[in-house]
Amino acid sequence: MTPGGYAGKWLDVDLSKEEIEEFSFPDETLEQYFGGRGVATKILWDRVGRRWSDLDALAPENPLIFATGPMTGIYPGARICVSGKSPVSNGVVGSTAATEFAVEIRTAGYDGVVFTGKAEKPVYLLVTDEGAELVDASHLWGLDGEKTLIKLNKEVRETLKKRKPNVGLWKEPGSMYIGPAGENMVKHAAVMAKICHAAGYGGYGSVMGSKNLKAVVAKGRGRLPEVSAPESVYLLWRKAHRDCMTDTTFRRWGTGHLGYSCGAETSSEPVRNWQEEWHDEKTIGVPHYMDRYWVKVKWSDFNCTTNCMKVSCIKAGRWKGDITDVPDYELQAYCGTNLGIFDAGDNIHISTLMDKLGHSGINCPNTMGYAAELYQRGILTEEDIGFKLEWGDTEAFDRLAHMMAYREGIGDVLAEGTYRAALRIAEMKGLKPEELLRYAVQVKGIEVGAHGTRSDKDYTNDMCYAVSVQGGDHTSTAVDGYSDMSDAVFQDSAVFCMFTASGPSQELIFDFAKAVTGFPITVDSWRRVNGPRIVTLQKALLLMGGPDVTWEPLKDDDNPPRFYEPLPSGPYKGMVTDRERVDIRTQAYFETLGWDERGIPKKETLDRLGLSDVDPLMERFRQ
Amino acid sequence: MPFPGLEVPHLCAQCQDYPCVNACPVEALSTDPVYGAVLVDREKCIGCGACITACPGTVPYLHPEDNKSTICDLCGGEPRCVEVCVEAGYNALTIVNEGPSVHRKLYSRDPVDTARDLAVKLFGEKGEEVIE
Repeated sequence: MTPGGYAGKWLDVDLSKEEIEEFSFPDETLEQYFGGRGVATKILWDRVGRRWSDLDALAPENPLIFATGPMTGIYPGARICVSGKSPVSNGVVGSTAATEFAVEIRTAGYDGVVFTGKAEKPVYLLVTDEGAELVDASHLWGLDGEKTLIKLNKEVRETLKKRKPNVGLWKEPGSMYIGPAGENMVKHAAVMAKICHAAGYGGYGSVMGSKNLKAVVAKGRGRLPEVSAPESVYLLWRKAHRDCMTDTTFRRWGTGHLGYSCGAETSSEPVRNWQEEWHDEKTIGVPHYMDRYWVKVKWSDFNCTTNCMKVSCIKAGRWKGDITDVPDYELQAYCGTNLGIFDAGDNIHISTLMDKLGHSGINCPNTMGYAAELYQRGILTEEDIGFKLEWGDTEAFDRLAHMMAYREGIGDVLAEGTYRAALRIAEMKGLKPEELLRYAVQVKGIEVGAHGTRSDKDYTNDMCYAVSVQGGDHTSTAVDGYSDMSDAVFQDSAVFCMFTASGPSQELIFDFAKAVTGFPITVDSWRRVNGPRIVTLQKALLLMGGPDVTWEPLKDDDNPPRFYEPLPSGPYKGMVTDRERVDIRTQAYFETLGWDERGIPKKETLDRLGLSDVDPLMERFRQ
Repeated sequence: MPFPGLEVPHLCAQCQDYPCVNACPVEALSTDPVYGAVLVDREKCIGCGACITACPGTVPYLHPEDNKSTICDLCGGEPRCVEVCVEAGYNALTIVNEGPSVHRKLYSRDPVDTARDLAVKLFGEKGEEVIE
């Protein structure tokens, strides 16, 4: 019998052969890896394994995984984890997005989908109670996100109605899709959901594009999977919701209040490509969004009472018709302050553009900010770009975002992501790579989230990005190799939202997990065994990297050079990430996880975690 | 619903003339004498879908498990959905006392229609564009 919380079946879709099969996992694999990021990493290890370094992330053989976890849809805040070999870091990134697709696919009877191969022409996958099928998507290819979703929504509902006209109203199916950025394989393109939700880190939008897969759609009419102890789950579910509801900040402002305070108070907001982390521009404060643009203050996805989403709509002026969410803090920072934009309307416009083009709203503006700094420093000229790229010029950044999505002119270079673009531009200009990498704010190819480490006043500090297996991902930062294992690593594997986990206590969450699955898991077992197992496997694959870029142990386990430049302004002027503390905490992190002083997992650690077969591949990294 | 991500509550309004009850060929539907809710006799129901077609709001649906018509029965006068909605602080669903001139039929609307109006209310002119 399948353990509680699992539908018990996975879809294995070979796009080249147009074959769809079902498979399942033994119970012990589920107990060890749980779901989401954990199971995805396991799938990648099993299917690619020793061939990892030779596998091009955009090659048809790269498995693209959409994974739910046992708590998805049951615990508040349903999400899905998208994974595969990342074209950005060449490792594994568990990239999650909030979407009803996660719930619909489970009610249709599946825990996830693995795609391999490449379709001859654009297709989308439709999953229903009757199984899965591939549908031609030629008519959707090339459309922007909003149009794709509107057409897809209508088309799928009509198909379902035709098949079962008599069962009642067919409501909106759950879908995930890519925009033009994904289609044109912009390295850090996002997999989108709804009109403005995205699995951004990792660049899985480009992997979808490389497979000619425009979208995945699901509509299930069944139940969510049975849980192991229904009565306990019901009580814990009520308690979890009550805790979520007390989070009044999220309910009122989402993360929108941080656009001002992260800059003004904690000095940890990227301003003009991280040249500063402080600003006192009240125009980007949340009241400007709330009073002028928010048309709905409480908006959430299925089974979420935290409802941090607010709907923004511009009803007049030059950006009329733009609809997005809050924008949340990350996009206020990256599509705003990082580009020198401090106007709420302009910020909403760039955020909407990211959604429509299918760019990642963190990674793409990071690269755009990088380009603008090179322009400021005279390294990139008006001739290179085709126009002036001044800070705060919304129209110029609008043009650049389009050029990146369609890979036109300099956009083709920038579409490779900040790290690779830096190398390419260095080559173009005959400069040393270090001269250009010093302005690139990325860790292992992944652009750093909008929380700086220099002021030490935010939740991010020292080596939290430097040693993370997910690079610059701000949702899964390294803390001490112990407490973080039951945090982001667990949330991405059980697959629910980090914002519904911030209210309820860790004990409640793990009791919940135990009641759902029946597995004897605890906070401690995740901190000592399950979490480290997933992270160690991710680390091994990240070390192997390739084929275009590999990361050197220790040297690349470091912050971007910018974080070692003193803050030039604000209340924390002069503060800098302390290299000595970074080194000490890096070593402590490695030691806690049982990795050697260069961050290579030790043989005894691999044996202890049941990963003995990984050991021979680590030999070449050990000195 | 016509616009992605804009789902609207989709509930029975207990029309005074009960088109669903009248449409049922096997008399499986009846009304609650106190609360006016539509009750389904699952033994009698044959899953023909006549009530769905007759309903101005496409409210009934065939339950995936037994393929029988399913309509809100108002939980015997104490709807649980209202309870949790109030508890969660949304107050989107509330119990209202019916005034003499409020015609229930006005609320028996197709949810797609309601969503279309809401799209325009939320997004202005853009709302006209984004609906199906």
